Amino acid sequence: MAEVTVLAGSGDQMVAEAFRQANPDVLPVYPITPQTIIVEEFDKFVAEGRVHTEFVPVESEHSAMAAAIGASAAGARTVTATASQGLAYMWEQLYVAAGMRLPIVMANANRALSAPINIHGDHSDILGARDSGWIMYFAENAQEAYDDTLMAFRVAEHPDVMLPVATTLDGFITSHALERCELMDDETVAKFVGEYKPEHSLLDTDNPNSYGMFANLGNFYMETKLAQRKAMEKAMPIIKAVGEEWEAISGRPFDVVKTFGTEDAERVIVVMGSSTGNCRAVAKALREVGEKVGVVSLRVFRPFPTEELAAALKGAKAIAVMDRAETVGGEGGPLWQEVSACLHSAGNTAPVRDYMYGLGGADVTLELINDIFNDLKTLEADKAAGTVPAVTYKGNR
Amino acid sequence: MANIKQLSELPQRLSPGHSMCGGCGATIAVRQVLMGAGKTPVVCGAATGCLEVSTTTFPFTSWEGGFIHSTFESAAATMSGVEAAFRGLKRAGKIPADKQIKFVAFGGDGGTYDIGLQALSGALERGHDFLYVCYDNGAYMNTGIQRSGATPYSAWTTTSEVGNAVPGKRHFEKDLTSIVAAHHIPYAAQASISNWNDLVTKATKAMDIDGPTFLNVLAPCPRGWRVPFDQAVKIADLGVKTNYWPLYEVENDVWKLTENRKKLPIEDFLQPQGRFRHLFKPGNEHLIKEFQTNVDRHYAYIQARVEGSKVYQQKLEEAGLPLVSDDALAMQSGSKLPFQQ
Repeated sequence: MAEVTVLAGSGDQMVAEAFRQANPDVLPVYPITPQTIIVEEFDKFVAEGRVHTEFVPVESEHSAMAAAIGASAAGARTVTATASQGLAYMWEQLYVAAGMRLPIVMANANRALSAPINIHGDHSDILGARDSGWIMYFAENAQEAYDDTLMAFRVAEHPDVMLPVATTLDGFITSHALERCELMDDETVAKFVGEYKPEHSLLDTDNPNSYGMFANLGNFYMETKLAQRKAMEKAMPIIKAVGEEWEAISGRPFDVVKTFGTEDAERVIVVMGSSTGNCRAVAKALREVGEKVGVVSLRVFRPFPTEELAAALKGAKAIAVMDRAETVGGEGGPLWQEVSACLHSAGNTAPVRDYMYGLGGADVTLELINDIFNDLKTLEADKAAGTVPAVTYKGNR
Repeated sequence: MANIKQLSELPQRLSPGHSMCGGCGATIAVRQVLMGAGKTPVVCGAATGCLEVSTTTFPFTSWEGGFIHSTFESAAATMSGVEAAFRGLKRAGKIPADKQIKFVAFGGDGGTYDIGLQALSGALERGHDFLYVCYDNGAYMNTGIQRSGATPYSAWTTTSEVGNAVPGKRHFEKDLTSIVAAHHIPYAAQASISNWNDLVTKATKAMDIDGPTFLNVLAPCPRGWRVPFDQAVKIADLGVKTNYWPLYEVENDVWKLTENRKKLPIEDFLQPQGRFRHLFKPGNEHLIKEFQTNVDRHYAYIQARVEGSKVYQQKLEEAGLPLVSDDALAMQSGSKLPFQQ
């Protein structure tokens, strides 16, 4: 019987607990704010002998991912965690991990990228890595960070998937703030996560394998990429099935696209991560006075939940996309681009406006969100009048 | 020490059919190093470079045992993860406790002296049980002969061009083996493909040690050094005999030099190589002189380290200190960590 412990936990702490319960074989890691609590908490588990993990305190994030690649190729359940500059520093290795089809699980405490240096939460780091071939979850709160991390092992290590997974939580807001969290008992989690049984291993010296080979012109590079794309496609139903399974155990609903009020909403905000709650609170207040507003929040960004998002936005008359990462010089932010493409594919011609918000941890107030819902009232007319900029900054000086 | 007959009976770990150039020194280095493993299984890794691209053209591989490559600068870090997995999986009971594997990472001088130095330093400090081998051919050969931190003074490369204003590389090479030795790892050595018995012996010694070990192997690139394809071993031999490449080992901080009793002038090493052709034009004698001075100075430096090691051992003895602390070694290897599964 599942036993739940209720505690006041931070997102980082809950990720560390999830890592402990999954009992990885190897954890190579380098400290960076706001991910450090994960490393610190996990090392306590190592020091106390509560996990069998080989903890590898590497000298850089680049080496963290290199060591993770080596360990995962060697058949070890491998986890790591990073943020911001750290994710940027391991950039080329992200692609290697995905191309080599290694089921590494990594937590990313989403944080702004320099310059100027800023340690607070936004999505510049992780969305910059959106094309690297990693499955990506976006947690709204510490509880989701925990749940996503546990589910990630099942998805990554599924024989039909075999892709690395990044479970992400917004820096400080989710990584550090204490919230009411539910920690499932170790036995139930161990049973849910299961044991990783790799099909191939570098350490199987009786059946040797070569990893990270040279696929030059005409030598299977495109085929490898196509295989990755197919694995991503296969991942979506597995993400959902694993989510349903965890939902049945935990009692917490899992949806790749979370919706609020979309059944009749005419004005809808699309958002990801920790600002979802604020959007929901504003929408709730507005709906109470009869305004038809709604919120759509993506819990999974890769593979992109095109069908689910299109369904959620079907009845919308005006859509706002809240982007927490810049694509300087692009027509709109990364989330706007994905949402626009999705709407186009679905034949949905509702007007869309892109908002840049919360960069470098800038405050995301209820007023800011209220303003966006207000803007949407006249979006169609404003667009026709040509007064809508490509990207609207909110919450800046 | 082994004889050629014994070595010929060992398993071939790098199969023929790869696309390394004829006469490539790196390939010879790899084959000789892996002979040092005897019959124990070996898992190899490599930095991006000639060795990696030429031996793993998908769907073919020349590596008879396991092989892994991730990126240019991360051969040591990647292998550290493989070795960590070996420990972690053994501890979890997923691999038999008595399973033996030797781990060997290869990198060229670009991947070791330069871009991979940080990853190497970290892996050495963390005490992983693996051998790192630098096959030093003194330039970025895979990308077309660009200068590296290992390129000799005054050598021509495509990024240390020889022209009216500049006579080749303006800087002396980095002393990588000393840098590695400064990590106080159990074993670091310099070897050359020309001295096969010395190389295989050093490789065996390194792989038998529990902990990080290092070999810097002189491995001429005929294409980049501008010598005929059958001259790699000969040139390496001249590198050793002119003291350009002293053969020495550093075992637990004690330096030992294979004394070179018939020292040849540096011209014998330089003259056959096209990359030094400009040094032999009239008026450039001072460049050869400077090269020779640097070689002699470096050899004196190694000799001084050997002398210093004697003083070091004497001081340890006077103070009653061990050369190696067994307890620290056990701690490093993880075997004395309290662990409850």
